Amino acid sequence: MSAATGVALGVIGGAIRISTPFLFVSLGECLTEKSGRVNLGLEGTLVMGAMSAYGISYLTGSPWLGVLTAGIAGVALGALHAWLCSRPRVNDVAVGIALMLFGVGVAFFLGKPLIGPTAPHLPAVSAGWWSSSAQVRSALQINALFVIGLVMTFGVRFLLQRTRWGLIMRTVGESADSARAMGYDVARVRLYATMAGGFLAGVGGSFLSLFYPGSWNEGLSSGQGLMAVALVIFARWDPVRCLAASLLFGGASALGPALQSVGVTSGYYLFNATPYVLTLAIIIATSSRARALAGQPAELRMAK
Amino acid sequence: MGVGVSVGASPVAQPAAAAPTPAQLAERAAARRAAVRRTIESVAVPGGAIVAALVLFGVFMAVTGRNPLAVYQEMFRGSFGTWFSFQNTLQRAAPLMLTALATALPLRLGLVMLGGEGAMVLGGLAAAAVATHFHTPVSVKLAMLLVGGLVGGCWLAGAGALRAYRGVNETISTLLLNYIAIALLNHLVEGPLRDPASLNKPSTLPIGDDNMLGSFPGLDVHWGLAWGLGACVVFWVLMQRTTFGFAARMVGGNIRAALLNGLPVRKLIVIVTFLGGLAAGLAGALEVAAIHGTANASLVTGYGYTGVLVAFIARANPLAALPVAILLGGIGASGGLLQRVFDLPDATVNVLQGMLFLSILLSETFYGRRWFATNVANVANVDRKAAA
Repeated sequence: MSAATGVALGVIGGAIRISTPFLFVSLGECLTEKSGRVNLGLEGTLVMGAMSAYGISYLTGSPWLGVLTAGIAGVALGALHAWLCSRPRVNDVAVGIALMLFGVGVAFFLGKPLIGPTAPHLPAVSAGWWSSSAQVRSALQINALFVIGLVMTFGVRFLLQRTRWGLIMRTVGESADSARAMGYDVARVRLYATMAGGFLAGVGGSFLSLFYPGSWNEGLSSGQGLMAVALVIFARWDPVRCLAASLLFGGASALGPALQSVGVTSGYYLFNATPYVLTLAIIIATSSRARALAGQPAELRMAK
Repeated sequence: MGVGVSVGASPVAQPAAAAPTPAQLAERAAARRAAVRRTIESVAVPGGAIVAALVLFGVFMAVTGRNPLAVYQEMFRGSFGTWFSFQNTLQRAAPLMLTALATALPLRLGLVMLGGEGAMVLGGLAAAAVATHFHTPVSVKLAMLLVGGLVGGCWLAGAGALRAYRGVNETISTLLLNYIAIALLNHLVEGPLRDPASLNKPSTLPIGDDNMLGSFPGLDVHWGLAWGLGACVVFWVLMQRTTFGFAARMVGGNIRAALLNGLPVRKLIVIVTFLGGLAAGLAGALEVAAIHGTANASLVTGYGYTGVLVAFIARANPLAALPVAILLGGIGASGGLLQRVFDLPDATVNVLQGMLFLSILLSETFYGRRWFATNVANVANVDRKAAA
């Protein structure tokens, strides 16, 4: 196989494999932001999810129970975020940063004994059965969570666009005053939205420890939770665009390892920084001082 | 956003000849009382939040099977209890004072910037590169600190400029810049700037013993502490006692009012973020010049993120950052002892820091509550009636 094909295959495989945590976190953040609140702490939720999923999977032998636990851990962190932010004069950006440090700290603390033991992994099906090449087959491993993520993408979009709950959430996100005038409890709607977002981010974390890279250690997440937050801006608060952006980011993240696997080792660290540079380039390109961003909840606009 | 700028209740200037009326006297008394109240609050609220976080952490220790009192005893021994550990604490506090400024100064403008880590890493790298690869017309030590600070300053001023001229969210951009800075460090110390003799831990060439910053005479604390103290004092004066600082705080207090008054808001943002980056870059240069003697992955310490915490606890006040940096330096210094004595993971310190951070943010909500003092307006009214 030529080097170029190898790199392309690595990037495509990476797009499928690495995109899943991006997808879950960005869907969660999208949901939260639609209700008019930013949760910057999803990086902490992601790492907490990864640790708790790995621990539960190791203790019970059931990876799916691990995924559920990761989601519940995410709900707890989301509830904490929403409660703190509902207090007067508490800055939601700062609370997000604090929860990021707190979540990562607690996960490393509790996860210390989990470095080493092997936990059962999530199942995957290979979409590369037609190929005789082992490389193609391993690149096209599709995990069950990726499929769930695809379903969730359209589920979240349906929830936001076509249901009563979605309408209430969007109302709160567009104008808290109007929602209050209509008798909705703004803080409560945001609480639920942040908890739901936390659930999704926690599940995204379970993918990291239970499938790819597939073990628990302290270098597991390298800012995916954070990039996913930036990605929501790029995706214009649209779940389906979140999916497309996640695939793009997954591919970009796979570029470094793919080049290394075909022998390009110089500039390894620079290639690994591709997703960060890409994120930065995207937010620079899509930001504007003069006009509001299309699709941005108005409550967030005022917060900026 | 967040840390608001308290509007000073300065007494209105009186003509010298006219005797103050009773109402004016009452107003002045009320203003004095309000000032006292703010002083009490500014100590009691963060103090209470720190105590609450310590209690919470104690509960966490108890739940995970350690005796909280024994843990705190060891923490004290490892941070302030002995002369040796106190010097270690001060050594760690020095970079924290500087990285705190990288967040504290922009916070006065209402910007939440987290780029201290990246600016510090690049500042250290630039300092090592200058000392080993260039001939400097001035002393090498001075050139290292100067270039380190400049590189850090430009790095964060970039994020500031993107915010000012393009509306790019500064919190996200600075976090991304941290990752990019660390990638640059790794790339350069493993590639172009690598010392071929550094096998296990890729590093730049050593800067040489002659170029190392020494310690205070008779102490085991390097001169970086003096730079940290000096920078905090200078920036406090700049922000609190100059027209420039007043303009910057006005941007943070009410950006519309600042624009209406014709303040150069965008230039202010770029300059203040540059100054913050300058401090963090200086911290990196000092770490290289006083501790490591070379630039390598040891520069990625997390001091940048702890500095964010220092800035928030100090409520963006550079002078308050001094004691807070010493406190957090102490917590960091005790981490090693906790690992050895109680077999606690190294992340224990991060858990405590996370709790402190959350507690401090929640405490914002307690400012101006009644139990600190009676409502200022009521006091003024009562006094006026009494005087009449």
